[in-house]
Amino acid sequence: MTGHEALDRLRSAAAAVGRPMAFMEVCGTHTVQAFRCGLHSLMPGNVRLISGPGCPVCVTSQGDIDMLIELARRPGVTLCTYGDMLRVTGTDGNLEEARTMGADVRVVYCSLEAVKLAGAEATREVVFAGVGFETTTPATAAAALEAERLGLRNFSVLVSHKRILPAMRALLESGQVKVDGFLCPGHVAVITGYATFAPIVRRYGLSCVVAGFEGAQIAMGMARLVELVRDGQPALENLYPQVVTRWGNRRAQNLMRRVFRPVGARWRGLGSIVDSGLAFRSRYARFDAQRRYELTPVESAEPPGCRCGDVITGRCTPAECKLFGAACTPVCPIGPCMVSSEGTCQAWFKYRRQDKAGVPAGAGSN
Amino acid sequence: MCLAVPAQVKNCDGNEAIVDLHGNRVRVSTVLSPEVKEGDWVLVHAGFVIQQLTPEAAAETFAVLADLVEKGGPP
Repeated sequence: MTGHEALDRLRSAAAAVGRPMAFMEVCGTHTVQAFRCGLHSLMPGNVRLISGPGCPVCVTSQGDIDMLIELARRPGVTLCTYGDMLRVTGTDGNLEEARTMGADVRVVYCSLEAVKLAGAEATREVVFAGVGFETTTPATAAAALEAERLGLRNFSVLVSHKRILPAMRALLESGQVKVDGFLCPGHVAVITGYATFAPIVRRYGLSCVVAGFEGAQIAMGMARLVELVRDGQPALENLYPQVVTRWGNRRAQNLMRRVFRPVGARWRGLGSIVDSGLAFRSRYARFDAQRRYELTPVESAEPPGCRCGDVITGRCTPAECKLFGAACTPVCPIGPCMVSSEGTCQAWFKYRRQDKAGVPAGAGSN
Repeated sequence: MCLAVPAQVKNCDGNEAIVDLHGNRVRVSTVLSPEVKEGDWVLVHAGFVIQQLTPEAAAETFAVLADLVEKGGPP
């Protein structure tokens, strides 16, 4: 199906429904791609796609970021991180600044690079920043298992991994955001399987449609979400069968379960959510950097005036934040949503900056 | 961050494989997808093969990536 056909179906179903509808995506790649292909301006006026807590950099709590920066500054520590985290601002600077001041911060593409580094530099304490959703978590689990196999004593992980389903539930339970369905993340579903979203359909009567990342695929996902509203039949659908299966990558799931257990975690904008984070199981506790370095997570305040927490929960658009485009830009970002290349604020700045007023997000639809 | 890219497996070597990732030869881990073999199309995320692909699915994803490269965007 082409993008045009998808948009025709979307418009016809939206006209049949009539009332305003809002759908939420929970994936940074969907956020960026929807902006890039101009989907927001192509959709009928009564259909909105709002960004949810889908960018791992953006949802990481201020306390976790502070802990990461504090750790990087310790003598003897080499902090390995994915590039996305480098410029996220903590209470006192960011990792890039810490590196300028002498901290040993290295960007890795793969968690196993950090393990190799620990093997090669026995005098350094190598810490890997474990950030990301279910797509990325198996890579961290595999790194811990490799470090165990090699008998490394100088490797650990600061775990900030998140699970998307508990966050979607918490958002719905909060009652602060009303959505008519979810555009579900294709690559998280590669690992978890699309069945993972079934509880949202069952418990909340909201459709979940897994979609790929091409403009036409996202448009098709939106068309199906609106059609399901029109038909009054909430459903779980997989529109990305090329790579997503019902039960996902079992091997990756088993690795995650072997190494980690679900624990409560703090999210920016959402607070603490039961079972939404991961911690090492006791067998692998020696790889837990938080334990090894006796770090206590603190509830640090977010930057003054920053509304990233509201942006990633669909409660406001970037344009409604006073800092947006003035004090906070991609060159001098204040909040993580402007730092991350997948952040809603950065995407909005790049593609919708002239649209200052924006459309109030999360204003409710029913 | 959850961006995954298609690649074609060139050589398998234990828990690792050399894949052709848009013209680059990259060493990736196959511990999450050990059944892959030479010639397979796969989805790579952060240095790990996370799924096997049909050649058609790989071509579709390349179209998206070409779009990203052309217009600038996340790596």
